[in-house]
Amino acid sequence: MKAANLGLAAALLVSAGPAFAQTADPHAGHDMHGMVHGDTPSAPAAPPAPTDDEPTGTDQPPGSAEPPPAVHDNPAARYWDPAAMAAAAEAEMHPPAPVYTKLIVDAAELRIREGQDGYRWEGEFWAGNVDRFVIKTRGEGTRGEGLENGEVQALYAKALDPWWNLQVGVRQDIGPHPRRSWATIGLDGRARYQFDVQAALFLSDKGQLAARLEGSYDLRITQRLVFQPRAELELAAQDMPAERIGAGLSSAELDLRLRYDVRRELSPYIGVNWTWSAGKTADYARADGRSTAERSVIAGVRFWF
Amino acid sequence: MELPDLTRRRILQGAGLGAGALLLDPWLPAWAQPVSAGLQTDSLPTLSGEDIRLRVARDTLMVDGKPARMISINGTVPAPLLRLKQGQKLRLTVENTLDEDTSLHWHGLIVPFQMDGVPGVSFPGIKAGSTFTYEFPIEQAGTYWYHSHSGFQEWMGQYGPIVIDPAGADPAPYDRDHVILLSDHSFTHPARILRNLKVEPGYYNFQRQTLAGMLAGKDQRLPDRAAWGRMRMDPTDISDVTGVVLNYLVNGHGPKTNWTALFAPGERVRLRFINGSAMTAFNVRIPGLKMSVVAADGQDVRPVAVDEFQFSPGETYDVIVTPGEDRAFTIVGETVDRSGMALATLAPRAGMRAPVPVRRKRPVLTMKDMGMDMPGHDMSGMSMRDGTLAPQVKLGPGVDMINPMPMDRTGDPGIGLDAAYVGPDHKVLVYKDLIALEPNPDLRAAEREIEVHLTGAMDRYMWSMDGKTMSEAHDPIPMRAGERVRVTLINDTMMAHPIHLHGHFFELVTGHGAHSPRKHTVNVLPGGKVSWDVTAIGGDWAFHCHMFLHMLMGMMRVVQVRPVPGEAA
Repeated sequence: MKAANLGLAAALLVSAGPAFAQTADPHAGHDMHGMVHGDTPSAPAAPPAPTDDEPTGTDQPPGSAEPPPAVHDNPAARYWDPAAMAAAAEAEMHPPAPVYTKLIVDAAELRIREGQDGYRWEGEFWAGNVDRFVIKTRGEGTRGEGLENGEVQALYAKALDPWWNLQVGVRQDIGPHPRRSWATIGLDGRARYQFDVQAALFLSDKGQLAARLEGSYDLRITQRLVFQPRAELELAAQDMPAERIGAGLSSAELDLRLRYDVRRELSPYIGVNWTWSAGKTADYARADGRSTAERSVIAGVRFWF
Repeated sequence: MELPDLTRRRILQGAGLGAGALLLDPWLPAWAQPVSAGLQTDSLPTLSGEDIRLRVARDTLMVDGKPARMISINGTVPAPLLRLKQGQKLRLTVENTLDEDTSLHWHGLIVPFQMDGVPGVSFPGIKAGSTFTYEFPIEQAGTYWYHSHSGFQEWMGQYGPIVIDPAGADPAPYDRDHVILLSDHSFTHPARILRNLKVEPGYYNFQRQTLAGMLAGKDQRLPDRAAWGRMRMDPTDISDVTGVVLNYLVNGHGPKTNWTALFAPGERVRLRFINGSAMTAFNVRIPGLKMSVVAADGQDVRPVAVDEFQFSPGETYDVIVTPGEDRAFTIVGETVDRSGMALATLAPRAGMRAPVPVRRKRPVLTMKDMGMDMPGHDMSGMSMRDGTLAPQVKLGPGVDMINPMPMDRTGDPGIGLDAAYVGPDHKVLVYKDLIALEPNPDLRAAEREIEVHLTGAMDRYMWSMDGKTMSEAHDPIPMRAGERVRVTLINDTMMAHPIHLHGHFFELVTGHGAHSPRKHTVNVLPGGKVSWDVTAIGGDWAFHCHMFLHMLMGMMRVVQVRPVPGEAA
């Protein structure tokens, strides 16, 4: 039976031309099984007449003809003004690259704690589409004492895949400490399980190497109430006495905040923040008479345009 | 329509007064007035004949009592109904009073490609302040529509219905017919909507899964939530743009206006449903009435009795209802994500209302929608982005998944309409139910098959075909004129994509052989694939997702069929 089928298939291949050329491949041969069921096609050159037994129309499997080549001949230009048509085709096929922008202040907050209260900000502006230019800024300080540390980064973000961006650029410190300039390379994106992650390496103009790792998660309690834990680790490759930072893990921070999306663009929040100094950095802090662990109640607003 | 503009407008107004007295919205044509006695009534004005003039203009019109900036045709949104006759010739003169280019595309009409109305593909567009004349014969009968193919104009109101009466007897006779054109107007400019989605893709979704919901036993259980989280996908992302920002309209009217279609008890009433929305799939039902689907995308089908059908932007269905009782019925167009409803009333007299059903439970996508539905198999090790399954797809930042196991879902009723949501006795139309009334005109087997992957990245709001946007893919999809081609659309995303091929009808491969249903737009469910056979007609034809923003973002190609008519092979 199988051999007979193959023989019929071959006969069809010869007689019916390209439409049946697919019988040369084994899958199509299988499909032919239903096709030749019972009777022999009568008029080989014409398409098989539809009967109850034979598949017809869309029930037939497709062949394997070669596609024609694509050409660029713009036939509409034969009917309409060729110059206008060319301009319209250019506009349709090569529209100007769209540029989207977003300014987001993720944190603008007060830190209420023992002693002098503090403040913190973190935000970024980006412009582009898939690949983007990014300006990031962050910093914190104590009321009455001014800025403790702050920085601005200018980055180019290259999309690596649907979730991750490679960010390369420079960072300028703006705090009271030695105002270092750094080169930076990092990753910014969305990890499995919907964690937002940022990881960056920094190399200063004095050859110092440091790193920062940050992760956060949006746990939606209701459509608008979001519990957002955030953790951050700072690391250094060497002691940096001028900055009062020691080698290894220098500080860790944990935020638990509860934000309410009044609208997508405006979310006041409250929460708690813990900040710890570690290792040699903690030693520096103790020597300076600063605490090595700090707990604050935070209240602030997240907003974007 | 050779009457001067002013005279014609007065006639339109006079006719409208006959239909609805004080309930009139004067900016609407009579067929779309809050009360319509049907399209058959002599007094109802439509634009018909062989010479029609359309004037595209910026306008401020009322939507549910609020002024809206829209783009009108002849002063109305929706645009005038074109009531035509199969076999007639048609000349359409379009005057563009906008300060930008415009265009009109005749969605579903078989026209010479240079009359198809896609700027840069089939013609140069209609320049600001200029007039353009389309001219083509009307070969077919049925329910279609027309809309702009330029900028954001379609979304802003530049769409209208087309009804073509058959040259012979209608195989689905009726006593009265109504156009039910569903659309999704926004008081926010579409460009702003796009921008919001670009910077925050979940911007308009206020129906996400929450902790409160989980504690209340709603939606997915924790392991499923974790599995979706692991994939970085949101199973409640059903519609990009929702009722948060959209107003769902019937013939230009919001739910408050209660557009009413009249009938006399016992009549066979043909309702011509057109989904003219930009971003919304609707679930259509008329509680208390069975609908007999008699045409899909304008093409006659064997009648199928259903309680409900889902349709996507670009699709049309004609149904016949036979209300025997002297009472009102509510025509419900519930959005697929259940974030809103388009509402109208079918009643024996003006001023009646039937109960409006509550919105049903919002659906949650399943693993089937991700192309992973193999009962008894452990899918956890399965790659969601295995490029070897789709070698022609460019796996860049714009492709967040490759469907691991595309399934034929033409037997599925659509997202959120399976028995788990609507009950076992509620018949919902599926594509496999559709059987062409007449044998298909071309019964040849396809000579070859083309696979097109529908691709995207939710987190970046990117949409493409085969991983490339239209501008990234320099090459069109080539076909030979007269060639029979099978096209298989594979959905590599977790959203549905209604794919429209201009200037053709294709026959769905749903096991109906010579009676395959003929469509111009087919919805490809997430996780699914759809095949159709088409006989290529010479010309350059737009081929795209009819979700407006998906097309705009690049889920579009040109199907290039050579030779074009009049050209040597």
